[in-house]
Amino acid sequence: MDATTLLLLGQDSLISGSIYALLAVTMVMVFSVTRVLFIPQGEFVTYGALTLAALEAGRVPGTAWLLLGVGVVAAVVALFRLRHALSLTTAIRIIITDIGLPAVMLLIVQWVAPMKLGLIPEMILTLALVVPLGPFVYRIAFQPLAESSILVLLIVAVGVHMGMTGLGLVFFGPEGYQTSAFSETVFDLGIMTVSAQSLWVVATTAALLIALYIFFERTVSGKTLRAAAISRRGARLVGISTDRTGYLAFTLTAMIGAVSGLMIGSLTTIYFDSGFIIGLKGFVAAILGGLNSYPLAAAAALLVGTVESFSSYSASAFKEVIVFTIIIPVLLWRSLFSPPAEHHE
Amino acid sequence: MSLLTVSDLSVAYARIQAVQGVSLEITPGSIVTVIGANGAGKTSLLNAIMGLLPAQGEVTFRGKSISRSPTEKRFSFGMSLVTESRDLFTTMSVRDNLILGANRCARREIDQRIGDVFGRFPRLRERRSQMAGTLSGGERQMLAMGRALMARPQLLMLDEPSLGLAPIIVREIFQIITVLRQNGVAILLVEQNARAALQVADYAYVMELGEVTMQGPASQLAGDSRVIESYLGFGGVDANQN
Repeated sequence: MDATTLLLLGQDSLISGSIYALLAVTMVMVFSVTRVLFIPQGEFVTYGALTLAALEAGRVPGTAWLLLGVGVVAAVVALFRLRHALSLTTAIRIIITDIGLPAVMLLIVQWVAPMKLGLIPEMILTLALVVPLGPFVYRIAFQPLAESSILVLLIVAVGVHMGMTGLGLVFFGPEGYQTSAFSETVFDLGIMTVSAQSLWVVATTAALLIALYIFFERTVSGKTLRAAAISRRGARLVGISTDRTGYLAFTLTAMIGAVSGLMIGSLTTIYFDSGFIIGLKGFVAAILGGLNSYPLAAAAALLVGTVESFSSYSASAFKEVIVFTIIIPVLLWRSLFSPPAEHHE
Repeated sequence: MSLLTVSDLSVAYARIQAVQGVSLEITPGSIVTVIGANGAGKTSLLNAIMGLLPAQGEVTFRGKSISRSPTEKRFSFGMSLVTESRDLFTTMSVRDNLILGANRCARREIDQRIGDVFGRFPRLRERRSQMAGTLSGGERQMLAMGRALMARPQLLMLDEPSLGLAPIIVREIFQIITVLRQNGVAILLVEQNARAALQVADYAYVMELGEVTMQGPASQLAGDSRVIESYLGFGGVDANQN
C-alpha cells in the first residue's frame, strides 16, 4: 500500500467516520433519554437523501405524502388516547398540527417542486419534510409504551425499522439515486486530491457536534434532556415531561439523520433500504462507546469508518463482516471488566 | 380553605394494599406530619399524592381535582416532592440541578432564585460546581430541597428528610423547615423521627399498616401515651435542641 492509497483511504475513513459519529451520538442520546435503541435511525438518512433527489429532479417526493399519512395516524392515536378528557380546543389543536401542517407542506411542495429552486432551498424543504417524521414516529410507536422494558422498546424499534423500510420502497421506489454535491470543486494537493464535498461533510459534522455540545451543556432544554437521561423520576419531579423530552430527542435524531442523508446522497447511491446498514454502523460505534458516552461514541465511529475503508480496500467482500466483528472483542472486554450495570427503574 | 385535600386514597401494589382509604388535609402555611413505622405506607402515600404511583381516591389541590394529572402537571400547579432517594441528577453540577428545578423560568429569574437558595443553604454555594453525586448525604438533602424550592412551591412534601443524616444536619434541616413555614410554604413531612417531626408540626397523622390510626394537633399527639410508647420511646433527635 503506497502513501497515496493510504491518504485516500484515510480521507474516506474520515468522511464515513464523520457520518457514523453523528448517527452514533444521536443513538446514544435517544437511548439515554428514552431507553429506545433506535435501529431505524438510518431510515432518516435514506429519507433525507431520496427526498432531496426527488426535489432535484423536480418531482414531488413521496415523503410529502408520507408525512401527511403519518400525521393522520398520529392525530387518530392522540385523539383516541385523550378520548376521556378531550376538549374541543385540544382536538382542534391536534388536527391543525398533525394534519393541517403536513397538508400545507404537501401543497407547498407540489407548488415549488417543479420550479427546481436550487440546492439550498431544496435542502431546507427536505429537512422540513423529514424532521417532523421523528416526533411523529415517537408519538405513534414509542410514547404509549414509554414505561415498557428496554427489550419491548427494542422489538418495537425493529418493527418501526421494517415499517419505515417498506414505506421507503412504496414512496421512493426500488431505484437508487444520487444527489448533486454541495460543491464540485476538487483541490489538488500534489500526492492526492480532496473534494470540497468531503470537506463540507467533515465541517458540517464538526459544526453539528459542537452545536449538540453547546445545546446539552448551555441551554436549559439541553439540560432537561440530560436530566431525563439521568433520572426519569427526578425529571418528572421538577416538571420535565418525559413525553416532551422524547419528542425533543426524536426530533434531533431525525434532523441529524436527514442532514447525514443530505451529505452522503452525493457521495454514494442511496436505495430505499441503504439506511439500515449505515445506521447499523452508527449503532456499532454507539455500542463500542458503551451507549453512555458521547465522545467515546464519536471516537468509535471514526474507528468504524477507518476499519470499513481499509477492509473494503484489502478484503472488500468481507468489509461489512469485519466492521461488525469488531464489536465482539469490545463486548467481551466490557463483559469481563465493566461493573455490572444497574437496571433502569 | 385547605391547600391540599386527600380523600379516601388507596394504593395497591399487585396484591399488597400499601395505603388504605387515607384522608388528610393541609392548610396554607402549616406543617403537617405523617409518622409511622417502616412499611406503614407513608412513602407510598406521598408518591401517590405527587402522581408517581397510580392510586384510587381523590386529591384536590387549591380547590382543583388533580387526581388524573401527571406528576409534571402537579408540579406546575405548585407542589414539590423531595423523595427519600432524593432523585438528584447525579452527574450534573449542583448549579445545573438547581437550574432544572426552575426549568420553565427565564434566565434572570433562575439566577435570582439560585441566589435565594444559596442564601438558605450556604453550603450549596460552596459546592456549586461540584457533581451532585459527589455530595455528602446532608448536602444531597439540601440540594434536593433547594431544587424543589427553585419552583417556589406552595406545598413542599418531604419524605424522610432526616434519614441517615448526622444529628447536627438534622437540626439544620428542621430549622429550615420552620423558616419555610414562616415564609408561607405549607409542608407535608413524612418522618420516622417522630419526636423531631411532632415538635415542628401543627397537625399530625399516625399511619399503621397503610391506614391512619390516629390524628390530631401535633402537641396533643406528642403527649398521647400510645404515641409515646410506640414512636417516642427511643430518644430521637430533638428538633430544637441547640
